[in-house]
Amino acid sequence: MTDLVRLTDLVLERDGRAVLSGASLALAAGERLAIVGANGAGKTTLLRAIVGLERAQAGAVALFGEDCLREADFRAARPRIGFLFQDSDDQLFCPSVLEDVAFGPLNAGLGAAEANARATATLERLGIAHLAARFTHRLSGGEKRLVCLAGLLAMEPRVLLLDEPTNGIDAANGARLAAALAAYAGAMILVSHDDAFVAAFATRAMILAEGRLVPGEIHDHPHLHSHPHIHPA
Amino acid sequence: MILPADLRLRLAAAFVAVALVSQLSGLAPALCAAALALTLFALDRQALPWRRLLHLEAFLLLLFLTLPFTIEGRAVVSLGPLSASAEGLARAAVLAGKVTASVLLIALLIGGQEPLHLGRALAGLGLPEPLVRLFVTTARYVGVIGAEARRLHDAMRARGFRARSNLHTWRSYGYLVGMLLVRALERADRVEDAMRLRGFTGRYPRAPLPAPARADWAGAALITGAAALILVWDKL
Repeated sequence: MTDLVRLTDLVLERDGRAVLSGASLALAAGERLAIVGANGAGKTTLLRAIVGLERAQAGAVALFGEDCLREADFRAARPRIGFLFQDSDDQLFCPSVLEDVAFGPLNAGLGAAEANARATATLERLGIAHLAARFTHRLSGGEKRLVCLAGLLAMEPRVLLLDEPTNGIDAANGARLAAALAAYAGAMILVSHDDAFVAAFATRAMILAEGRLVPGEIHDHPHLHSHPHIHPA
Repeated sequence: MILPADLRLRLAAAFVAVALVSQLSGLAPALCAAALALTLFALDRQALPWRRLLHLEAFLLLLFLTLPFTIEGRAVVSLGPLSASAEGLARAAVLAGKVTASVLLIALLIGGQEPLHLGRALAGLGLPEPLVRLFVTTARYVGVIGAEARRLHDAMRARGFRARSNLHTWRSYGYLVGMLLVRALERADRVEDAMRLRGFTGRYPRAPLPAPARADWAGAALITGAAALILVWDKL
């Protein structure tokens, strides 16, 4: 079984500063890998390097067993990788939700009717079919995140890359997001500061520090704590 | 040091000189204007703006290719039914001289200035406040909007988009541009709200600029005077 994603000693510098200096990882089918690290540790850059939006100066990227050297290699692999951006506004660019979700399938060569059907089905699966006709820029933050995810899932990717998926998302939409991710059968790489989310989803964790990845351990232990929350009086 | 240090005088001198140079019709005066502009660059020890010039000269090349064939006159070269006229060639050369001189002058006088300083100088020259604000905020946000466009484009690529010559491509680019405009408009509203929250009432509180030094006046007069003299020579 070949690894879906394999990074070998990736070195990436930006503005003379080393962001990644020898980062390696391997993602096997069905794995859910969490990557944690401080702000600015290079987690987003790592995800961008995986899909070739940022090119490493040294080291190798192999996707689905194929070495990716040129833009054309990455382009061939991208439809099988769904990348959820940190800022949903960076991702939604079509006027309506349905058009945006159908964008990926259209790129994959599906006809308009097929792409729309696929988009509608994906929206239904995520429980947001009622958003289909809405304007993307008028959605709430949580709705935007779910629509972005729908746009990725509509391409039926084998790997999801999630960059801070729970940032700025309310409880109800967060539950929808969690349900959608729980139902997703493929592998994922998850970058998050939300420890509860990581503990619930990840099967393995790695820590990104000083440009390198080292294995981490997810552990769960009971705390006696007070938990502030608000409900209708 | 010939160039005025005061930006208001630089702007005024550039505007007047370019207006005067634009009226030239003789070949010698036009080339003389270009040569003088080059001399100013040399005197100021500034590097020539090659990139800007390259764009410009590519456009001028188009004039050299079309004008000789479209202006009637004494034929110098014949290509089948087409003949290039000496008059057309001369006209293209005059235009090239004038345009090059103007672009060099503008690049030298105001090209390297900070947009914020330019805005202050424009306000100092009495330009209407809304125009100045449009200029300054455009300069401020063009980078932000450019970065937004790059991220959207990255997201499109990540979802397998590739530019081809089909309807899907054109529609996608249309959406991209449309979304950028909508976002820019919304951002403009938010920026205005933030300005209002900090007490903005439509007038930017700018401290008055100090009066220009005597040397600045002399420099501006020299540049506009030279342009005027060339125009007089041209019209005599």
